[in-house]
Amino acid sequence: MANFAVHASADSLSNAKPKMDIKDLSFFYGDNKALKDITLPLFEKRVTALIGPSGCGKSTLLRILNRIYELYPGQRAEGTVMLDGENILDPKLDANYLRSKVGMVFQKPTPFPMTIYDNIAFGVKLYQKPSRAEMDAIVESSLVRTALWGEVKDRLHTSALGLSGGQQQRLCIARTVAVKPEVVLFDEPTSALDPISTAKIEELIDELKRDFTIVIVTHNMQQAARVADLTAFMYLGDLIEAGPTTTMFSTPKDNRTLDYITGRFG
Amino acid sequence: MDRGLYRRRILRNRFHMTMAVATAVFGLTWLVLILAMLLIKGIAGLNLAVFTEMTPPPGSSGGLLNAIVGSLILTTLGVLIGTPIAILAGTYMAEYGRHSKLTDVVRFINDILLSAPSIVIGLFVYGIMVRPMGYFSGIAGSVALAILVVPVVVRTTEDMLLLVPSQMREAAAALGAPRWHVIRYVSYRAAKTGIITGILLAIARISGETAPLLFTALNNQFWSTSLLAPMPSLPVVIFQFALSPYEDWQRLAWTGALLITIAVLTLSIVARLLSSKRTV
Repeated sequence: MANFAVHASADSLSNAKPKMDIKDLSFFYGDNKALKDITLPLFEKRVTALIGPSGCGKSTLLRILNRIYELYPGQRAEGTVMLDGENILDPKLDANYLRSKVGMVFQKPTPFPMTIYDNIAFGVKLYQKPSRAEMDAIVESSLVRTALWGEVKDRLHTSALGLSGGQQQRLCIARTVAVKPEVVLFDEPTSALDPISTAKIEELIDELKRDFTIVIVTHNMQQAARVADLTAFMYLGDLIEAGPTTTMFSTPKDNRTLDYITGRFG
Repeated sequence: MDRGLYRRRILRNRFHMTMAVATAVFGLTWLVLILAMLLIKGIAGLNLAVFTEMTPPPGSSGGLLNAIVGSLILTTLGVLIGTPIAILAGTYMAEYGRHSKLTDVVRFINDILLSAPSIVIGLFVYGIMVRPMGYFSGIAGSVALAILVVPVVVRTTEDMLLLVPSQMREAAAALGAPRWHVIRYVSYRAAKTGIITGILLAIARISGETAPLLFTALNNQFWSTSLLAPMPSLPVVIFQFALSPYEDWQRLAWTGALLITIAVLTLSIVARLLSSKRTV
């Protein structure tokens, strides 16, 4: 493990407080129980990585945190997920309100079929009615923030579909942070990207944790080691263990964690 | 490899290719012959009077102006009535009701409607509009055409919306956009060219329809743009004039047929061009 560029130290967690609190969370696809009594705090302005082999439920867990699973029938969550004193699983809590606080970036870049400018304006317009100049400023600052401004400032009003994959993904991140969420969920954000784009996104995540609480699902253990302060290992719908990334990658408590991070399965 | 086997394969390949080309040529021949005939006969009668004068009584000269205008009105109105209904239905099927039983039922019925003989549609509208109103009318014709538009547009709208990746909807929903907002600003935008292509194809389909108009809009020798009176249309005029023994009428029928063909061909080409470029 020594060659992992682990920068997140246990110290960085000492003064952190939980932003979201997952308690006894179970999830069902029809009758199939995909998550079993998960309890996990997500610390404020920290990066939490969810790792585990395919089908372990890490994406499922992520998709509960903004209730995006509700778009499909036959899926159901039980338990509580507290965010700012509210249980987000309470059906009385409006899902769109929740999503204004908990943004999400997906595996494949998903630019909308409109201009780069409109991609960012789309989300902003849902919450405020800025003047043209204000909107220009929001678009610019979001793009600056995601290190995309220099590359696209001369073609803001051309189709976002003309961007490269890595640029599209950074646009999706820009679009997400433009609506000022508190938590940002990343669902394998670099698995469709080349190594250079991946490095840029990882840098960006490091940058963004100053303002946002971040949860990232990743297949790539080095990525978890590089970007995450905390890592949670999941296996077959169970949360096996969670803790500071350094501890998880050096002295995991559970043998299954050890087997996974040393590449014995998964 | 065995030489004999190799040679047999080459021969077999040649045989199959020859057959394939021959059948393609066979099919195309008729199309070319029909178009050539139409072009020759149609152009012969093409002159300014076709676009400026009314359909004549037998034995005198005239044009097709009232029929052309009638066709334009009937088709436009048919599309205006049918398209919104069809797009909304297609939207329900692909967006809101994707997993519901109702969608399966609607899709099944829509497929039946798609292949229903148009004369049946004409009779249906005759029954629900012409009989109760007591007279043939342009509006009845438009409704009959609208009923033909609906299944085509429902089908293409649903298909095109289903092609929009669900990640795109998720991404929009994840920003906190309500369902209708996602559909209006993301799904429709992504499926726009496909849906427009469907509408163009529906227009192409109804602009040559005769049977549903025979029982509804009927025909009119004279200039008439009233929706509450019988309305002339190119297909019905062609039907009537082509069957007549008068040479003037037959010539006008050819010209009318040429006009419709050109219109439909143009629409099809535009639809093709639109669907081949899948960008924003």
